[in-house]
Amino acid sequence: MKKIEAIIREEKLEPVRKALEEHGYFGMTVTEVCGRGRQKGIPLQWRVGEYRVDLLPKLKIEVVVLDEDLSKVVHAIASRARTGEMGDGKIFIIPVENAVRVRTGEEGMNAI
Amino acid sequence: MSINAADTAWILISAAMVMVMTPGLALFYGGMVRRKNVLATFMMSFSAMALVGVLWVLYGYSLSFGTDIGGLIGGLDFLGLRGVGQEPSAVYATTVPHLAYMVFQAMFAVITVALITGAVVERMKFSAILLFSVLWLTLIYSPVAHWVWGSGGWLAKFGALDFAGGTVVHICAGMSALALARLVGPRKGFRDGAPMEPHDVPMVALGAGILWFGWFGFNAGSALNSGGLAASAFVATNTSAAAAAFTWMALSWFYRRPTMLGVATGAVVGLVAITPAAGYVEPIMGIPIGAGGAVVCYYAMLLRSKWSIDESLDVWACHGMGGTWGALATGIFSSSAVNAAGANGLLYGNPMQFVKQLVAVIIVWVFTFGATLLLGKLVKAITGLRVTPAEESVGLDIAQHGERAYGGMIR
Repeated sequence: MKKIEAIIREEKLEPVRKALEEHGYFGMTVTEVCGRGRQKGIPLQWRVGEYRVDLLPKLKIEVVVLDEDLSKVVHAIASRARTGEMGDGKIFIIPVENAVRVRTGEEGMNAI
Repeated sequence: MSINAADTAWILISAAMVMVMTPGLALFYGGMVRRKNVLATFMMSFSAMALVGVLWVLYGYSLSFGTDIGGLIGGLDFLGLRGVGQEPSAVYATTVPHLAYMVFQAMFAVITVALITGAVVERMKFSAILLFSVLWLTLIYSPVAHWVWGSGGWLAKFGALDFAGGTVVHICAGMSALALARLVGPRKGFRDGAPMEPHDVPMVALGAGILWFGWFGFNAGSALNSGGLAASAFVATNTSAAAAAFTWMALSWFYRRPTMLGVATGAVVGLVAITPAAGYVEPIMGIPIGAGGAVVCYYAMLLRSKWSIDESLDVWACHGMGGTWGALATGIFSSSAVNAAGANGLLYGNPMQFVKQLVAVIIVWVFTFGATLLLGKLVKAITGLRVTPAEESVGLDIAQHGERAYGGMIR
């Protein structure tokens, strides 16, 4: 099992959610996050003049997938979240030791 | 004179409208600070309502409007509202109960004290704000209100015009704000260019809307009757606010984008600019006065942002410079055809009126700036002016007031 942590543009949630569904993953956790990368922030306006905000709002999607699904799911997320501009985000892949479904106590593959 | 029911109704409603401006100011200022300081910023306005509301009836009204002493200050004859009752005053607003005029004036004193606090948000100690407010109301606001509006006040006799408080309220607050910000010093991180991002712009816009509404009481109420002059001041007020909001929007669009914060700020400086002129000018003159005010304040704010002085919410640029422009514009655009109690200005062949306005402005600038520096130093010696660096980092809401604006884990 692997956990995919995908940091994406806020407006890309719907296409990414659809992509995950197409691959049979309904479960996901979404968090509003702030971050910075190569996009280097944007200028905003004060009453006069400007200031820069470099921590920009993004969404973090966490989903745990089976090892055999990993590459196609990661590819699907990346292709749906991409605009080609700086600020498209990052995907991190983390090994998962175990998972437990709280309602039934099922573990491992059956729990995701 | 006997009591006129319509005048009385209008003055009481106007007083209530001016009262609402102070919570409006709390929203206007509160939205522009960081979220850790929003309640402390609100407290600076609400504490003015609590404090000045008491001091004004005890002695503030008497110092401003009591029997004249040498043109400089009112006597103590109205101490504790003695002699201020249901019958009209012999000299002020002679068709409404003296109490109605007194409470209308009370609301002006409240908001003037609250206006100054925009300069020192996010780091001034609450106890120091309270002590400063008491001293400032007593030793700066009350005398200046007497000079300009008191019967026998020397600036009134000199012939300087101030319909609703361009000098008394806005120049006083703006110049004092600059002096106090200098004494208190900048916010932590200000000199390193840390962004002091406004945490809630809709809150600022709502505050500006409430100020705009309340300002009809401020300016049209200052006609002190419910007749044609009130209507004239009302229209001049709305016209100036609109012209200034439009101008500020255009300026910010010229440089980048038309901002909500800019329209809200423009409306407020338009209201400031028309304040001294509202009942002395043709209502159509609200257009040049408002548009001129927006240009003056926009560039004053740009200038201030290049100084090292952290006058945080630009009280000097908006109220000090907006009030100065308004007072001078009164000397340009005023017409005695609008208000027989006024005078003709530069545009109507009387350049002397402009000179009188200029003299009054300079005197009030110098007096309020200098006197605030002295009072501020006194407060610094007694309570200190700032919270500790650690308290400033945590935020004044928790450090000074033990509460937070947006509690709970779940948004």
